[in-house]
Amino acid sequence: MEPMPQIPMLSYDVVVIGGGPAGMAAAAKAKELGLNVLLLDENDYLGGILPQCIHPGFGIHYFKEELTGPEFASRLAKHLVELGVEYKTSARVLEIKNYSDLEKVVIFTSPTGVYQVWAKAVIYAAGARERHAFEIGIVGDRVSGIYTAGEAQTLMDIYGVLPGKEVVIVGSGDVGLIMARRFALEGAKVKAVIELMPYPGGLARNVMILRDFNIPLYLSHKVVEVRGKGRVQGVKVVKVDENLNEIPGSEFWIEADTLVISAGLVPSVKKLRKIGVEIDPATGGPVVNDRLETSVPGIFVAGNALLINDLVDYVAEQGELAAESAREFIEKGGIESRKWVKVEKGQNVRLIAPHYLSGDRDVYLYLRVSRPMEDVEIRIPEVGKRLRLPVVKPAEMRRLKLKAEEIQKAGEKLTVEVVKA
Amino acid sequence: MKTKVAIIGAGISGASIARVLSKYENLEVHLIEKAPDVGWGVSKANTALIHGGYDDDPDKYPTRAKLCIRGNRLWHRWVKELQIAHVWNGALIVATQEEDFDTLEKLLERGRRNGVPEMRIVDRDELFHLEPGLTRDAIGALWVPIVGQIAPIPAVIALVENAVANGVKTHLETEVRGIKVENGEVKGVETNNGFIEADIVINAAGLYADEIARMAGIDYFEIHPRRGEYWIFDDDVPGPRRVLFPTPTPVSKGIVVTTEISGHLMIGPNAQDLPPEEKDNLATTKEGLEQVWEGAKKLWPNLPPRSKVIRTFAGLRPEPTGGDFIIKAEEEVWGFINVAGIRSPGLTSAPAIAYEVRDIIQRDLGINLVEKEKWNPYRKEITHFFMLPPEKANELIKKNPAYGKIVCRCNNVSEGDILEAIERMKFIGVKTPSVDSVKFRTKATTGTCQGSFCRPRIVQLLAREYGVEPWKITLKGRGSEIGIGDVKALLRGDEA
Repeated sequence: MEPMPQIPMLSYDVVVIGGGPAGMAAAAKAKELGLNVLLLDENDYLGGILPQCIHPGFGIHYFKEELTGPEFASRLAKHLVELGVEYKTSARVLEIKNYSDLEKVVIFTSPTGVYQVWAKAVIYAAGARERHAFEIGIVGDRVSGIYTAGEAQTLMDIYGVLPGKEVVIVGSGDVGLIMARRFALEGAKVKAVIELMPYPGGLARNVMILRDFNIPLYLSHKVVEVRGKGRVQGVKVVKVDENLNEIPGSEFWIEADTLVISAGLVPSVKKLRKIGVEIDPATGGPVVNDRLETSVPGIFVAGNALLINDLVDYVAEQGELAAESAREFIEKGGIESRKWVKVEKGQNVRLIAPHYLSGDRDVYLYLRVSRPMEDVEIRIPEVGKRLRLPVVKPAEMRRLKLKAEEIQKAGEKLTVEVVKA
Repeated sequence: MKTKVAIIGAGISGASIARVLSKYENLEVHLIEKAPDVGWGVSKANTALIHGGYDDDPDKYPTRAKLCIRGNRLWHRWVKELQIAHVWNGALIVATQEEDFDTLEKLLERGRRNGVPEMRIVDRDELFHLEPGLTRDAIGALWVPIVGQIAPIPAVIALVENAVANGVKTHLETEVRGIKVENGEVKGVETNNGFIEADIVINAAGLYADEIARMAGIDYFEIHPRRGEYWIFDDDVPGPRRVLFPTPTPVSKGIVVTTEISGHLMIGPNAQDLPPEEKDNLATTKEGLEQVWEGAKKLWPNLPPRSKVIRTFAGLRPEPTGGDFIIKAEEEVWGFINVAGIRSPGLTSAPAIAYEVRDIIQRDLGINLVEKEKWNPYRKEITHFFMLPPEKANELIKKNPAYGKIVCRCNNVSEGDILEAIERMKFIGVKTPSVDSVKFRTKATTGTCQGSFCRPRIVQLLAREYGVEPWKITLKGRGSEIGIGDVKALLRGDEA
C-alpha cells in the first residue's frame, strides 16, 4: 500500500486514539514497554471526561487512594509527560485504515494540519457517548433546557455556566445522581430523579446522594413529554408496569426549567465498525479476545469504547493490558493462541467481555447482570468456578479473575451464570 | 427615485423574492423577519423535496401546478449559482395494489399536462433495480427523475446572503404590528423596531400571512397550520437511493421515505390539522410519530431499531382557504402583494413565485424595472471541513489553524467552519447569537450525539465572537438561553 503523497506522514509502532484514562494508561504502558507510541486526543487537554468529574471516588484500586477526576487525570498525564510519551491534543481522528496486520493508517486533523500516521498496531480508547432525549423517545416541544448529564457537567465544571434552577433528572445511574448533587450544591432545586427500572441504576454510594439532599426518586417511571416555550417549563411523567409499558392514567406533570438526561452511555465505535470490527450488541463495544484485540488483528480496544465501565480503575487497567497486547502483537507479528474458548452468557448475565479466552494467561472478565439479586453465586460450570456474593445489581460491573489453568479446563466454551446460591 | 419594497417574512418565499428583486436598480428592498435568523418558520421543517410537478391538479390548483414545475427547473440553476447542497435523485411513487396504477396513470397524465419531462411507469423488475430495499409488496411505480432534494434552511440562508450582497437590507427580530394604508395605497409597515416606509409591501409571512393581510384590511382567506412529524436516523443506517412515495390518496401525498441530503434516512410526514391559534405548535407527539412509523414501514420494511433514531421533529405547513397558492396584487390596496398559503410544494415553487412577484410588480403595479449593471448571481458556500480533501484542508489550516480543529465530532465540523458561520450570521444581521444559527450553517450538533459534546464549545465560540457571557447564548433566540448565569449565580442570589 502506498502512502498518500499529499498528506504529511508520520510513523509509529502504535497509535493510541483517545487521551482519557484508558488511552493515557495505554500510551504510558506502551512507552514503558519500549514501543514508539503516539497518543491522539481531540480535546484541548488530556484526561477525557475526567477533568469535569470534580467529585471524589476515583483511583482507590489503581492509585490506592481516593482522588477526584481531575486529580486522577493529572497523575496519569504527569506520568505520561515524565515518560516522554508523544501526544497531540486538539487532534481528531478522521479515519482508520487497515491495510494489513502490521500496516494501519490513522488519519487525523489538528491545528497544525491533517496527517497520516502509519502504525503496526492501534489502541482504540475513544470512550463513549451519552444517549440523548430523542433516543429515549421523549416527545413534545423543542426548547432550551434539555441537556445530557455530561453536557450539563461540561457547562458547569469546565465552562462555569449554570444551566438552570429547577431540575428533573432522567436516569438514576451514577452520572445522573452525581449531577443531582452537583446541581443541589450550586443552589438549584432538584425536583426529581426519574428511573425507568424498579431499582436505582447507580452505585450504592451514589444513591445515598438522594437522601443527603432530600431528592425524590421515582422508580418505574419515565419522562415522556416536554412542554415549554423557548425554555422547558415542565415534563410529563408516567408510571410503567413490570414490562416497562406505560400505565394509562398515571401521568403527572413536574414543573421545571431543566431536564437532564442520564440514560446511559453507548461505546463510540463507528470508526471501528467501518473497518469491519465485529460489535457485540450487548456491550455495544467490539468483540474482543483476552488481549482486548478486536476481530481486526492489531486493533485493540480499552475503556468505555470496549464496554461501559463504572470504575476508572478498570478502564486504566484495560488500557495497560491493551498496550501489553500491542507489544506482543508487534513482536510476534500477530496474536496466537492454542485455542479460543468462547465465553457465553448464562442466566442473569446481560453482558460480558472479553468474548474469547486463550487459556495461556490469566484474565479479568467484566460482566453486568440483567436484574438485581441477593445471595448469589457467579458460576462457570465448565471449569467448576463459583464466587459467592451477597448482592448483584445491574449498576455494578463485576470483575472476575480467571486463572490460565482454570480456563484450560474448559472445552470450546465456558458459560458464566449468576444464580441463587 | 427608488421604489421601496418591504418583504414580510424571510422564509424560502421571501428570500427568493428578495434575491430576484435585488436585480433591479430602481428598487430598494427591505426584508423583514420576526425571528432572530432567516428560514426559521415554515421553511425550517419540511420534507426538503424539490417536487416533480406531477401532483397538483391544474384545474383545481392552477397556481401550484404552474409554479411547481417552473420552480423545479429554476432550482436546477439556482443550486449551482448559490452553491446549495442538492441531489437530483428522482422519485418513485410506488404502487402496491392493482388499483394504484389507475392513480399513477392519472398522475402521469397530469404531469404531462403540467409539462413534467421524462416521467414513466416502471414495472416490478425495473422498480427493484432502481430501489432494491423496497417492500416486496411493490408491483410497480411512477418514476419521476427530475425530483430532487435540497437543504431548506441553508437554501434560505444562501438566498439571503446573495440578496444582501446585492444590496437588500434585512431587519431581523422585527415583528410587523401594522400596515399603513392611505387612500387605498400602502405606505409602509409598523414594527417593534419602528416604521419602515414602503411603496410595495409583499406579504410572505407564511403561517401568519392571513394576520398580515388583515392588517391591510384584506380578509378573504385564512391560514391554518397543518402539522407533519418526522423521524431521522443515524447516518450509518442504509436508506433508499430515491425519494419514495406511496401512491397518494385524495387527501395526502403520503409518508415519504428518503435519504436526506446529509445522508440520514428520514421518514415523514403525517398530516394533522391544528386550530388557527396553534401556529407555533411544533411539538412532536407519540401518536403522530407512531403513525409515521407505521406508514413508512409499508414502503420500507427494514426500519432500523429505535436506538438508531437521532431526532424527531415536527413542521407546520400553512394551509390556505381554497388550497391554492394566493399570489396577487390586491386591488383594494395598491402596492400590497399577497404571497400566502405557500404550502407544499412551496419550497419547490419558491424561485417561480419570486419571478411571479416580479411580473406582478411590472404588470399590475406598472413599475418599469431597470436591471442593475452589476448584479452578482453567485454566492459561495461556507467551508465544510468534512467535504475538503486533505490537501485542501492543509492549505486552509496553514492560513488559519482553526480549520484543523474539530468541534462537532459526529459531523467533523471545524472551529474554522463555525467562525465562518458566525461571520455570515453577522453579515445578514443576526443580532442574537444562537446555537441553531450555527447548526443550520455548519451541520454541527446534528449528528449521532445531537450536540451533547459540541454544544458547550459552540456556546463558547459564540460568546467570544459576540462579546457576551456564555450563559446568554441562546439555543434558538431570546427566551432559550443556554444558562441562567455563572455557576455560582444562585448561591450568590443574583441569578441572571
